[in-house]
Amino acid sequence: MHVPDGFLDAPTSVATGVIAVAGVALALRGARRELDDRTAPMAGLVATFVFAGQMMNFPVGAGTSGHLLGGALAAVLVGPWTAVLCLSTVLLVQALFMADGGITAIGTNVTLMGLVGVGVGWLVFAGVRAILPRRLGLVAPAAAVGALVSVLAAAAVFTLLFAVGGTAPIATEKVLVAMLSWHTVIGLGEALITGLVVSSVIAARPDLVYGARPAMGKRTLELRRSADTVEAGETT
Amino acid sequence: MSLLSRHRLAAAVLLSALLIAGVASFYASSHPDGLNKVAQQTGFAKSEQRSAAADGPFAGYATKGVQNPRLSRGVAGISGAALVLVIGSGLFWVIRRRPARDADSAASSVSKGS
Repeated sequence: MHVPDGFLDAPTSVATGVIAVAGVALALRGARRELDDRTAPMAGLVATFVFAGQMMNFPVGAGTSGHLLGGALAAVLVGPWTAVLCLSTVLLVQALFMADGGITAIGTNVTLMGLVGVGVGWLVFAGVRAILPRRLGLVAPAAAVGALVSVLAAAAVFTLLFAVGGTAPIATEKVLVAMLSWHTVIGLGEALITGLVVSSVIAARPDLVYGARPAMGKRTLELRRSADTVEAGETT
Repeated sequence: MSLLSRHRLAAAVLLSALLIAGVASFYASSHPDGLNKVAQQTGFAKSEQRSAAADGPFAGYATKGVQNPRLSRGVAGISGAALVLVIGSGLFWVIRRRPARDADSAASSVSKGS
């Protein structure tokens, strides 16, 4: 999904650069509410994990591969604003040091994978959570649905940018159909990885998963109460 | 219920990231990804231009001067992961919410209304 230099013209790249800067500025404000002494170290590790996950291309058939984008994953683990900063850090390091994604396309890639990937991933996750019962076991499946839709949304927005500022004259429908069909398969991989990672972290420490907090509220109270009961039983 | 300590969970996440970036990614598919495939299929792959960072020490996830392909990708992957860890952790630590220690900071966080 990393857009290289040259696919989009200069005005479009400047426009996505402005959108990316505005989005990151908002995220810097929003992330303060999500990060504290306990979650800030986790957020750095989630960014590192996303970087690693993006190196792990999996085959999707017909000589094509896909890799984790990680927007929905990061949003569910550490919160959407922090996730935007995680993805932006990853994309910046990739563009500057790995030559993965163009330097003039940093704004485009932050917009696609950071803002659209995280935003759509989080909103779909939150929407699915809202219609399902508040059970811890449903957090990972909801994250997986968010992951699938986030990849499709990023693919669709790339097509939109290409229609506006693509440097080659290719019919938009042709690009859209090809982008969505490949990214449906890639999105299924994204959903699988996101679901597995979220459920593993929930099994270890559900209290450290941002998107699991609504489902945790009730449980934490129950745990505390039972701990009180045990203590009371011991003292008598 | 056996909960992992925060430090053990952190160690587990870090170790898996380093193993994926440093070791497993050697076995990643080298086929073009979805976007590059679409570019080839529909005909805009030619418009790609060389990145100004293409001569960097880890460009293309290969370490300059390291002949062994496994080692070359492993070193690049670990280096990139370390860069993300340092930049990301530094940023998140700086912007994190701090517990109000005095009346001043408590007042300023109240006035912000969050």
